[in-house]
Amino acid sequence: MRRDIFQAIADPTRRAIITLIALQAMTPNAIADNFNTTRQSVSKHLRILTECELVKQEQQGREIYYSLEINKMKEIDRWLNQFRKIWETRFNQLDQVLSTIKKQKK
Amino acid sequence: MKNNLLFDFTVDKASKTVFVNREFDADLSLVWDAFTKQEILDQWWAPKPWMSKTKTMDFKVGGKRFYAMVSPEGQEHWSIEKYTSISPKSNFKMLNAFADKDENPELPGSDWDLNFSEQNRTTKVSIIIKNESLARMEQMIEMGFQGGFTMTLNYLEDLLATLSK
Repeated sequence: MRRDIFQAIADPTRRAIITLIALQAMTPNAIADNFNTTRQSVSKHLRILTECELVKQEQQGREIYYSLEINKMKEIDRWLNQFRKIWETRFNQLDQVLSTIKKQKK
Repeated sequence: MKNNLLFDFTVDKASKTVFVNREFDADLSLVWDAFTKQEILDQWWAPKPWMSKTKTMDFKVGGKRFYAMVSPEGQEHWSIEKYTSISPKSNFKMLNAFADKDENPELPGSDWDLNFSEQNRTTKVSIIIKNESLARMEQMIEMGFQGGFTMTLNYLEDLLATLSK
């Protein structure tokens, strides 16, 4: 199943995890220390974020470190920017229509 | 034309809500008409080279607009807007859903809340769009604007940036 990336970031705990690991790569235990929740619950969130390719894992010795996939986050911003452009174009067209109508009225 | 007209666009990903604010250099009744009369709407609703084609529109509470975004190749993407509340020259609300050519809606859709106000002969329009899912917004872009429209703009922007270096 393809995960919905926006569903992934719609959860407050997952957003908090993203903010945490944006600063530095962390182990699941270190991440869990920041939340009043079970280690299992944090693991579940990390699994979803991994499936969405928002985070990547790296083995260092015995520990697994999670870090943020910056490019994937940029992809979200690029996508939202497209949406913004549609509105921008649409409204620029409306400016022209309004100015044409105003001229006709005079 | 005034260049200092407000335009802002924000998305709250958590509540799947889009906020669009824009000012227009025209009086309130004209801007209201531009959003509520089909012959004006069709002139600007679709970003060029797409065309907006309204088949039927009945602007009253319970009424609806059935329209298509038509691609340069003639491909039609239909939508239905159902008006749920109207306060003339101040606010209207509608439910928007994609549809097939026979007017069967594809649910879920999105909730739209449009506010209009005038100050110093400038009209401000504030739009709030609540989506069932952000995936639907993605679909909105894919359905209505595939065919390279936004890509073209992005390429153009990159090209201009390169040329101006």
